[in-house]
Amino acid sequence: MELLPIFLVQTVRIAIPYLFAAAGGVVAERAGIVSLTLEGFMLTGAFTAVLGSYYTGSAMIGVLCGVLGGLLFGLLHAVASIRFRADQIVVGIAINLLAVGATRFFLQLAFDSSSNSPRVAGLSAADLGIATGLLSSLVNPLVWLGLVTIPSVWWLVYRTPFGLRVRAVGEHPEAAASVGVPVARVRYAAVALSGVLAALGGVYLALDQHQFTDSMTAGRGFIALAAVIFGRWDPVRAGIACLLFAAAETLQIHLQTVQAIPSQLVSTLPYVLTIVALAGVVGRSVPPTALGKN
Amino acid sequence: MTSAASSDAGAGSVTPPAGAAGARTVSVRTTLEEAVLPPLVALLIALVIGDLLILSFGQSPGAVWRLLLEGTWGNAYGFGQVLYKATTLVFTGLAVAIGLRAGLFNIGAEGQLAAGGFAAAVAGLLLPGAMPALVALPIVILAAAAGGGVVGAIPGVLKARFGAHEVIVTIMLNLIVLAVLNYVVASHLHTPETLHTPEIRAGMIPRLSGFSTVFHGSAANLAILLALAVGALVWWFLFRTRGGYELRAVGLQPEAAEYGGVSVGRTWIRAFVIAGALAGLGGANFVLGYKHYYEDGFTGGAGFVGIAVALVGRNHPLGIVLAALFFATLSQGGLAINALVPKTLVEVLQGIVILAVATAIPEVRRALRLAVRRAGVV
Amino acid sequence: MMAETALRLHDIHKSFGPVQANRGATLDVAPGEIHALVGENGAGKSTLMRILAGMYAPDTGVVEVMGRDVTGWSTAEAIAAGVGMVHQHFMLVPTLTVAENMVLGSEPRLGVRFDRERAVREVEALSARTGLHVHADRLVADLSVGEAQRVEIVKALFRGARILILDEPTAVLSPAEVDELWNVLRGLRAAGDTIVLITHKLDEVMEVSDAVTVMRQGRTVHRTATRETSPAEIARAMVGRDVTLAREAAGRAPAPPTGGVALEVRNLVVAGPRRPRAVNDVSLTVAPGEIVGIAGVEGNGQTELIEAIAGLRATSAGSVLLGGRDITRLSVRERAAAGLSHIPEDRHRRGLVLDYSVADNLILGRHEHFARRGVLDRGAIASHAAERIAAFDVRPADAASPARSLSGGNQQKVVIARELGRDFVVLLAAQPTRGVDVGAVEFIHAQLRASREAGKAVLLVSAELSEILALADRIAVMFRGRIATILPRDRASEQALGPYMTGALDAGAA
Repeated sequence: MELLPIFLVQTVRIAIPYLFAAAGGVVAERAGIVSLTLEGFMLTGAFTAVLGSYYTGSAMIGVLCGVLGGLLFGLLHAVASIRFRADQIVVGIAINLLAVGATRFFLQLAFDSSSNSPRVAGLSAADLGIATGLLSSLVNPLVWLGLVTIPSVWWLVYRTPFGLRVRAVGEHPEAAASVGVPVARVRYAAVALSGVLAALGGVYLALDQHQFTDSMTAGRGFIALAAVIFGRWDPVRAGIACLLFAAAETLQIHLQTVQAIPSQLVSTLPYVLTIVALAGVVGRSVPPTALGKN
Repeated sequence: MTSAASSDAGAGSVTPPAGAAGARTVSVRTTLEEAVLPPLVALLIALVIGDLLILSFGQSPGAVWRLLLEGTWGNAYGFGQVLYKATTLVFTGLAVAIGLRAGLFNIGAEGQLAAGGFAAAVAGLLLPGAMPALVALPIVILAAAAGGGVVGAIPGVLKARFGAHEVIVTIMLNLIVLAVLNYVVASHLHTPETLHTPEIRAGMIPRLSGFSTVFHGSAANLAILLALAVGALVWWFLFRTRGGYELRAVGLQPEAAEYGGVSVGRTWIRAFVIAGALAGLGGANFVLGYKHYYEDGFTGGAGFVGIAVALVGRNHPLGIVLAALFFATLSQGGLAINALVPKTLVEVLQGIVILAVATAIPEVRRALRLAVRRAGVV
Repeated sequence: MMAETALRLHDIHKSFGPVQANRGATLDVAPGEIHALVGENGAGKSTLMRILAGMYAPDTGVVEVMGRDVTGWSTAEAIAAGVGMVHQHFMLVPTLTVAENMVLGSEPRLGVRFDRERAVREVEALSARTGLHVHADRLVADLSVGEAQRVEIVKALFRGARILILDEPTAVLSPAEVDELWNVLRGLRAAGDTIVLITHKLDEVMEVSDAVTVMRQGRTVHRTATRETSPAEIARAMVGRDVTLAREAAGRAPAPPTGGVALEVRNLVVAGPRRPRAVNDVSLTVAPGEIVGIAGVEGNGQTELIEAIAGLRATSAGSVLLGGRDITRLSVRERAAAGLSHIPEDRHRRGLVLDYSVADNLILGRHEHFARRGVLDRGAIASHAAERIAAFDVRPADAASPARSLSGGNQQKVVIARELGRDFVVLLAAQPTRGVDVGAVEFIHAQLRASREAGKAVLLVSAELSEILALADRIAVMFRGRIATILPRDRASEQALGPYMTGALDAGAA
């Protein structure tokens, strides 16, 4: 019985980066912009957060720097895709490669290391001077922010004028333009927001581990994208998919000692499920009509 | 009366033929400019940003670029390494390009490459060591193509049959293939204390250093001839065969191809199988030509750089060979400049080149169409 | 005080690349009138109205609304000034509700929230006030075409439109829906609104408009009060000469019956994108040496019928026979080999690979005959192209230039050169003259007649009744997926066919 709370807490901790990134992915893709870039946004956010935390000693300033890093890369993605109408898939791949290369380059420049940064201030219970224990990780404000991100994005998409416009420009941009909706501006805002949200996922990872390590996001951005698709571009369903994927990972950690299923194979579960979803085996998966079209 | 009037009008009305030859030269020149300009613009942008990054490290750009060239094209070992790295990139570049020609985005070259290398290694392990190279080589090379082709077939079938978008499927499949191979090698097939398979017994591709001592130590091997031959074959297939005619028609206008009696779904599957086989052949370069075993992670992102190669090479085999040499030079040059600036500089530049090319392509196209239009009006 | 003119567009010029859509277009509309803007396809009507609605800026010329110079304004400014446009292709987001579509771009707010309840309330209030019934809470994707159009009109009114532009509003409507639309427009006129109706159907002009402006080839050629003109006069202005094609053809003796059946369609049922029975139990035959024309308002199953015969669309029931042989289960390629040629209705989408050269386009669908063991025979392709280009007078006579660079008429000649240049028994010709210039129209008509004289069977689909009347030996009318009637040429006329096209008469149902 006592395993259950441990299991739940671990699941939530693992899910937080996914929740942030998937929320960002939903916003950008609903506006019609392909979100292959989540991985790059996360990695950038993780690195700039560590930079900020290292140089100021303040984890909160680190968070701010992480957000700015994500915003910067989000705008890069937006300018290339919207202003220059570049192929969004190619842009996505370029930005991911750029994020890996740039974080490595500046890791060397800032910390003279090719693998990791020094230890920096974080946001966990120990950092905040609170006793450790099972629930200590839940003291981290980013955990709570991550949990409220999904309902917030749901509210944004379905309950605000901005959300209405996001859904319109992702579905039928000409119709939106014909009634005076500034399509490009809405998309800029959506992609910038996705950069910030995904970056927060990376910030959480880095500050939780108190350092940046090379390529530390390790494909989490793609898992988040998988959750977006698996959740059929709906924030709540995508959030549930994130929790599912995280639960599978937690389960795998617990089963590791038992050696029931090889961990490598368990880790592919989100990807396999996404392919299954795309093949229509679990109901039709229809993306926003204008997704990826320039 | 009607028919007389109509035949008259039919001859007399339509667009005047004047300037037809002139229009054609304009269109040929435009096509060429449209192909060549974006990579050049991108190169320029990358150079400028590279300069800034080098300056941020307190080094002189001139010295770094000189070192990069000396470490690659300036000595036989470096040049051999460039050739070796370019070989894999030609294969993955072709794998991406054949997909794009069919209107498909193959992001799966990484997984197809790994599967090809693995299949070649397994085939080489199963063959008897005494088998003559002339028999063994075709078998292991075919195994590489088959390994990649099988992985390539999956997104093709899923798209043709279920309409599953190939970009997501290939991304997910990369992660799955790499994880599964990691599992198989780590749990069942590795040499103790390593993450690679035992050495193959037959089907090694000879190294260039076996023919000329100047390549001593470099990994360059005869797989490069295979790459060039396959590049020529792809060109011939695309532009000289019925299959290529159909594949390009599907890529340009699937509905017109369908009207022309071409099965779009079958063409998609065929393109993906060919693409997978091409990427899989790239595995032969590492496994058969260099290390003689499959090693976890040997692909090192060559499948993704293949996207850059195809993009910069404008999906044309000749352009792909040149682009592969360029990106191989960058990659090898990174090692050479490491004394002055981090080698990861070249990774940044790689990303910038792709981003800049992708951005410049539509921009150049618009500018050129505008220029042609103006020229046409005058 | 009312301005003397509600709208004034003066000497508008607008080019898209080499295409001059407007070259001296002028339109004056008085307040409170229904003004018909008519012209053939490609005459520049839609471009002119998009300039008025702020979607394009004119190259030169002046746009005035209520006496104010608004040249080059934006869509948002046009909406704010009370100019609303109902597009031919609806500008509605299918995944949003009716109310959400109405308020998009000027959403009512409750703090930072979108005030959905208020949006619904306001839409329902307007709906009640104007008598235009819409369901505010329904998804647009679930609406019928007629309902969607009503939503478009209400949407324009909701945004305060006093000047309403309707672009070909009846193309997709049933006759009952058309009548309802006229009532709506008359009601709006009575309330003082100004309406511009873009159309190319003369009966609509006569029925509902107060004044009419005729455009031809980008220019305004005629303006008059409707009660002072006649359909014949408008038609003459639209085409630029007397429209006598129909009468001349009527005087021609019917083709000698050669006997036999080249193409037979039996009880065919085909699903379309919207309707499961877009083609609903259609049977017809075409004899060798005969042109059978299919008339009807677009969207009544013609596209689906032709595509099903060509093998591009699956059939749900029934069969297609070519020369007595059942080809229902054959592939496109096998049908072509059996003697089926097809001029598709959309050459840009289907008929041509626009980035392929003329030579490569001339072998599309026949390319296997230009390959030996899978290898293309470039020499044969080139000589075939040279011969076809000369025979069909394609200009420029350059086999290497991309099809994209040709004019519409010459692109269509490439399609026709390919489809008529092969050995065929049956020709499907769908909208063969759409969007081509007058000279090319006559050339294409001559080619179709020549095919008939050569003993081929031709199934012709056209939205232009005059074209059908000029060419066909027998005329079938399609309405809602069924053949409403088939009349021999000598008994067919616009007057005789009209009731079948609008569903008022149905010989099949009787």
